[in-house]
Amino acid sequence: MQSSTTNYLPILLIFLAATALASVLILLPRLLARSRPTETKLQPYECGVEPVGSARERQSVKFYLVAMIFLLFDIEAVFLIPWAVAFPHVLKDPAYSPLKYVFYGEMMVFMVVLLVGLLYIYRKGIIEWNR
Amino acid sequence: MEKTLFIIFAVVSVAAALNILLQRNPLHSALSLVGTLITLSALYVMLRAQFIAAIQIIVYAGAIMVLFVFVIMLLNAPKEASYIEKHKALRFLAIPLAGLLIAEAFYVIRLVKPIEMPAADDSAQAVGTTFSVGTKLFTDYLLPFEVTSVLILMAIVGAMVLARRGED
Amino acid sequence: MTDLLLEWTIKIAVILGALLTAVAYAVLLERRIMAFIQLRRGPNRVGPFGLLQPAADGLKLIFKEDIIPSQASKLLYVIAPTFLLIPSLMIFIVIPFGSEIVLFGRKIALQVTHFDVGLLYVLALGSVSVYGIALAGWSSNNKYSLMGGLRASAQMISYELALGLSVIGILIQSGSLDLVEIVRSQGGWNGLQWNVFVSQPLGFLIFFIAALAEANRTPFDLPEADSELVAGYHTEYSSMKFVMFQMGEYCNLIAAAAISTTLFWGGWMGPGVEAYPALSLVYFTAKVFVFVFVFIWIRFTLPRFRYDQLMRFGWRVLLPLAILNIIITATVKLLVS
Repeated sequence: MQSSTTNYLPILLIFLAATALASVLILLPRLLARSRPTETKLQPYECGVEPVGSARERQSVKFYLVAMIFLLFDIEAVFLIPWAVAFPHVLKDPAYSPLKYVFYGEMMVFMVVLLVGLLYIYRKGIIEWNR
Repeated sequence: MEKTLFIIFAVVSVAAALNILLQRNPLHSALSLVGTLITLSALYVMLRAQFIAAIQIIVYAGAIMVLFVFVIMLLNAPKEASYIEKHKALRFLAIPLAGLLIAEAFYVIRLVKPIEMPAADDSAQAVGTTFSVGTKLFTDYLLPFEVTSVLILMAIVGAMVLARRGED
Repeated sequence: MTDLLLEWTIKIAVILGALLTAVAYAVLLERRIMAFIQLRRGPNRVGPFGLLQPAADGLKLIFKEDIIPSQASKLLYVIAPTFLLIPSLMIFIVIPFGSEIVLFGRKIALQVTHFDVGLLYVLALGSVSVYGIALAGWSSNNKYSLMGGLRASAQMISYELALGLSVIGILIQSGSLDLVEIVRSQGGWNGLQWNVFVSQPLGFLIFFIAALAEANRTPFDLPEADSELVAGYHTEYSSMKFVMFQMGEYCNLIAAAAISTTLFWGGWMGPGVEAYPALSLVYFTAKVFVFVFVFIWIRFTLPRFRYDQLMRFGWRVLLPLAILNIIITATVKLLVS
């Protein structure tokens, strides 16, 4: 697990390079392409008919529920990650060996509680996306 | 080098945070918040807390802010119109209170003692790596961890109840 | 420090160049394979075997008129494709393309960098790319775009969970988030001790399916299916911004293939890599190519899921399977130790 914080610098480098590339791609048509806007071209596309109504109407609340439940299970996954990284080392390292079963048991308790949550979601029918 | 990077990230972070307040369109504010969180994550990396930096992006910028953006899109939140408060006297309280806040900040900064940052290569003392977070979380801090699972369960039930209130 | 910076800059330039070419030719590859599956030839006029087709397409698209719909939110409309393209490009700095080779008297590792939260970095970039689609759908001010964008975002976040959980099995196996460590831990059995054989066949399956859904590929491409929502969230995009969406999508595809090989199929490991390090690059490229081929093959073989089937599959099947995979892997690891 040897690593150095300077190893994170290329993230910044590639971010700058990718942003430069994206900017070039956005600016290129401004320079090279023709621009003859007519009213029909600028209207929202609805398969050839006149657009009806605004696009800014209210949408279903199901999207909000999906995002909320995703957030909660994402947090669960976040707790699983350090556990999973520490687990094989706890198993191998003799200094930790009395902890082996406890370590395993702790996470199983956590997951059981969250499985209860998952079952609750199933029963409440969040996933019945009757479109 | 570290100092330059720190200054750049800090300035961008504060600018993005200010932008949240200055934007009228709520989606622009949400995106500025995402920008603040990403630069904060870079600052965490510089503080040798790599795990928290990654989790900040995955959970905060990648899940919580997605929820915010969904809500703004679903509710079709309008641009904020500026409004004048009813009690004009409150406006005169703003500057003294801001001054008090800044004074408090200076006081706290004077109290903080400078600590030794571990060298960039020092993995023996690393507290921010995933492995050390893992071992600490499940040995010393076990109770908060198990309580968190119950907390998440409560949040799941609460979200379902609140969102479904009109239906059953 | 400066020669480190130089090394990084050169590697990033090489990777970006190779990636953009690969993306352009991936489009051509897809069209040719699609054609052969559909019993026809595909583009083969422009240059030998159609190899100059991407150049012709690129030139055409640069000169196309850049239409911004009148009611669109201009700033978000222009920025949305970058939210999709930039994270896809950024994934490639942590992927190990090969072991070390010796060039000009220096040992050069065939990856740009490696740090101890490499896999989390990849997941984080996947989380951020959801914004591109949601914002594109919203800012186009078009009902179809908005619906397509919301559906695509909801689909992506649902399958992101299964994706994240399916790699936990790999972590239990290798004990590190660093992709270089994960590849090195698959080196036994003469270079064939790959995770998919040893411990994670189910994990690989879940990861593969979730990656297909993340990349919005058939059978999960309802949000951009032509007959459903016109073109979904990129209906109103023309010219280079449309190109950016396509580039981002194919980049995502190649990244998914690369991550699959790194995590489950041994990355650059294979028989004979210690003796001939350059062989590692060959192995890696071959494996990634096989995966891209399989992705394309699946696209033109399977029909697409209806949206409610898709969501139900993600939450009711894939997520419990991923959790089951974690429990089984942890239990087996505990009992074996």
